[in-house]
Amino acid sequence: MYLDYMKESIKKVEATREKRIKETFPKLKAEEKQELLKNYHPDYKAGTVREIKVGVNKGDLVVNEIADILESYSYLNPENFKYENVDYDVDVLIIGGGGAGVSAALSAFEYTKNILLVTKLRIGDANTIMAQGGIQAADKENDSPAIHYLDVMGGGGYKNIPKLVYTLVNEGPKIIKWLEELGVMFDKKEDGTMITIHGGGTSRKRMHTCKDYTGMEIMRVIRDDFFNKRINYLEFTCAIELLTDEDGKCCGAVLLNLENGKILIVKSKVTILATGGAGRLHVQGFPTSNHYGATADGLVLGYRAGAKFVYLDTIQYHPTGVAFPEQILGQLITEKVRSLGAQLVNCDGEQFIYPLETRDVVASAIIRECIKGKGIKTLSGYGVWLDTPLIEILKGEGTIEKELPAMFRQFLRFGIDIRKEPVLTYPTQHYQNGGILINENCETNVFGLLACGEVSGGVHGRNRLMGNSLLDILVFGKRAGKRAGELLRELPPIKKLTLNHLITYHKELKEIGIDENRKSPKILPDYRKGEFQKKLPFLINL
Amino acid sequence: MKEIKIYVMGKEYLVPEGLTIMQALEYCGFFFVRGAGCRGGFCGACSTVYRKKDSFRLKVGLACQTKVEEGMYLTQLPFYPANKAIYNIEELSYDSQIFIKYYPEILRCIACGSCNRVCPQDLKVMEYINAAIRGDVKKVAEFSFDCIMCGLCASRCPAEIVQYYVGLLGRRIYGRLIQKKAKDLEKKIKEIEEGKFEKELEELMKMSIEKLKELYEKREIEAE
Repeated sequence: MYLDYMKESIKKVEATREKRIKETFPKLKAEEKQELLKNYHPDYKAGTVREIKVGVNKGDLVVNEIADILESYSYLNPENFKYENVDYDVDVLIIGGGGAGVSAALSAFEYTKNILLVTKLRIGDANTIMAQGGIQAADKENDSPAIHYLDVMGGGGYKNIPKLVYTLVNEGPKIIKWLEELGVMFDKKEDGTMITIHGGGTSRKRMHTCKDYTGMEIMRVIRDDFFNKRINYLEFTCAIELLTDEDGKCCGAVLLNLENGKILIVKSKVTILATGGAGRLHVQGFPTSNHYGATADGLVLGYRAGAKFVYLDTIQYHPTGVAFPEQILGQLITEKVRSLGAQLVNCDGEQFIYPLETRDVVASAIIRECIKGKGIKTLSGYGVWLDTPLIEILKGEGTIEKELPAMFRQFLRFGIDIRKEPVLTYPTQHYQNGGILINENCETNVFGLLACGEVSGGVHGRNRLMGNSLLDILVFGKRAGKRAGELLRELPPIKKLTLNHLITYHKELKEIGIDENRKSPKILPDYRKGEFQKKLPFLINL
Repeated sequence: MKEIKIYVMGKEYLVPEGLTIMQALEYCGFFFVRGAGCRGGFCGACSTVYRKKDSFRLKVGLACQTKVEEGMYLTQLPFYPANKAIYNIEELSYDSQIFIKYYPEILRCIACGSCNRVCPQDLKVMEYINAAIRGDVKKVAEFSFDCIMCGLCASRCPAEIVQYYVGLLGRRIYGRLIQKKAKDLEKKIKEIEEGKFEKELEELMKMSIEKLKELYEKREIEAE
């Protein structure tokens, strides 16, 4: 239910709707976009990034909140850690149970049955399951991997690593085929033709959808296949450190059972980091669209073991997070809403940006509008209108219930019928554009350590396009699993398990005077009322 | 801010009005290891059963999507010991008995409608279980599509059916065997494998940023 003054503003939105139906807001020129980003994108705000003082990327700019967890001590003391009791001795250890981790497991399974997947929540409790908008792949007649390539590069500010983009776009159609064969129910015409739509920054309609449950449908299916293969897994168990051998090669991980605080040691020939993103660090205090466990643990683990990263000074803010009601603040309003024709309008009912510019540009325009005083006040900030009733006018009555059932349901629970009333929206922290640097086979610069999905970086440059993340996690997830399988024959045997990398890292931290009580990874965010925010229960013994 | 009284597993707490159940539990000092997942209504980790004071009627909701109300008695169901059939999707072929083969317990359905009443997504669960008994894959797939697999239906089923796994089996059969295959897709994969786009891609990969920018700004955009 909207507040009275919001209803007044809705009247203005309704008054201009008729006129706006025929109105296309002009797309911005390259220089105009640059200007807008520089002035309003949160990445450019002074004092929000800093040079990292330790580790292999020393001197590189990193978002403050990520720098904080990188410049922290381990929960473990490398000087007196006991390595004798190895709890699991496996070929491939996969850390993370979202789309990337599960697809890595499925393809590694073709090489070995001795796999262990660990995740700190349940398998599938990940950003994958929340991806509503769709998955890109250049499979239509008028499209090609080359056209997709150009879209990705332009969206990423031309900073993307070409070989990674090549791999992403070239394998897109094959991934869709794989999903089709696994039984993913894509939106199709009677004759089997995929129904595809535009996303922000696409030049062809190549967004494949499963209503607005695309990520959920994909996750449900690959997870089912994972269970059918009876691959070993541990839930509610978090990797808190990687292990290296005397040569610095990654050879396993130290896990923490989050239910009883017990430490477990895994020895593995190959380790795959698939830990996802960083939304729950709440960069610059933004709310987030991310799941509960998105605390960038993998970055911390990989970095301490010596893995390099790229572009950790840029975060993607999804332009349309929920701004009202407060209970679901920051949750995602999928880009598909704009793909279907909803416009962004200010408090006077005027458009101010072409709705399908890239995410960084649209987010900046919304922030500018609110700073200019053209936003609508909410309980904790501001928002602009996303005019959803337009969809029913443009695409016919019933479109919202058919195409956006998740969103329709979500707002209805709070008394807002998005078929009849617009929704209030403001940017939300959505995606970690950068991450651990990988090559096209998901190898990091640390032997025995692979990475895939949101924890990795390079493929999306400095700004990811909608629909390329679901593609990324599956393309590179599968490649990581395959490469792990191949490496089993190539890598030299593991020497003694150590935490030597930690000894060096802790020394560096001490030298720059970091407080010894500052520890990471974060594992889970603590939203308890202030007085209860003490040590997390599973950290009691550490 | 106005405070309201809620009862967490029977114990009384005062919380500010307007919070979701999940936020209210955290406000009271509970820390989630289980029982919280996506916090956005998609993962089904936070199923909650509650009733209002002086009412016998049990209600359900997702803790991350439901507001607390005065006098709510609540508890979470973070796990349900459900049985999932094991199959190899590549070896499945469709026949009208397929659901009965993997989940024979569906025949025990007494059509009580409990599953429909507890579904937080308001799905017609009982209808798709009946469709499964008849072997109507399309109906199973379409009626169960919005399922978040929270397990509330199974928790209330007197016939011990695990409805959400029946739906999943139906959707996979439908997506794999019943929906027609995308023809454009086959063709494009063949073209990629034949190397049709290699030369163009290689040129793009070597191209200077200036030239890429020029191409990008000039690129043709498919009409709506």
